[in-house]
Amino acid sequence: MALQASQLKVGDIHRERVVENLSRTQLVQYAGASGDYNPLHTDEIYTVQVAGYKGVFAHGMLTMGLTGKMLTNYVGDGRLTKFGVRFTNQVWPGDTLDARATVTAIREENGVHYADLEVVTTNQEGKEVVTGHATARIDP
Amino acid sequence: MAKVIFPVEATHIMMFARAIGDPNPVYHDPTAAAGTEVGGIIAPPTFPQAVAQFDPDYPLRPKPGEPWFGSAAEPTGSTAQRGTGGLHASQEFEYHRALRPGDVLTVEVRDGESWERESKRAGKLLFSERIKEYRDQNGELVITARSVGVMTERPVES
Repeated sequence: MALQASQLKVGDIHRERVVENLSRTQLVQYAGASGDYNPLHTDEIYTVQVAGYKGVFAHGMLTMGLTGKMLTNYVGDGRLTKFGVRFTNQVWPGDTLDARATVTAIREENGVHYADLEVVTTNQEGKEVVTGHATARIDP
Repeated sequence: MAKVIFPVEATHIMMFARAIGDPNPVYHDPTAAAGTEVGGIIAPPTFPQAVAQFDPDYPLRPKPGEPWFGSAAEPTGSTAQRGTGGLHASQEFEYHRALRPGDVLTVEVRDGESWERESKRAGKLLFSERIKEYRDQNGELVITARSVGVMTERPVES
């Protein structure tokens, strides 16, 4: 169900828990599906002993994908016209992420209605892991 | 990656949606998807990144007979000095329409800007932007993706 301009207000918030206790296996699953086999995400030995991190961590694009799930649940299927994020902190196995969209503008362009959204995903410590923005086509 | 042909397939969309933990039937159930506003299976918004599967030279996929920098008998299987490697700093998609199984995309990539910054967490940061344009079988631009990668001097402290 799409959002409706007439029902929506600036400041409206939608939030969702997008992953709970992220598993290393999900990182493997994402590597396989996306084709990004960077060992930083699946190879603990390389990541600790060669790259110098405390352990494997999630692909930024997995966190963006998890965040996108919250967005499409909110704005409806095939309604996004823009979605952009900055990766601000790493996401580690065991993390639980909450994603949130806040309506920043409701506007009309050439007879089409749009909602602009501010997007933030935080971990269980309240630390932001991605911040960004999205735009969705909405109904009048 | 100069020009890559990216055939969009239903099974790939299903696997990708599973990997991002999204059970929305519009990504895997043709019957349920037929009854939605989009009228059939579509791909999730970050799916365009899976074009990596179709890039023959994609560096982050092991290839037979070539050294790989991940661990095997040794912590690193390659003598190539990857340092801390590159990280993804930001990503933006602009969508003109949703991707559907059966689409055959031609993806072209070009370099954008590059810049440097000093950071407390990871030393000198070298940013570089890449722009990917996804065109469909009719030559229509369907997605533009802007990605910024960063090479760090040392691992990011978290």
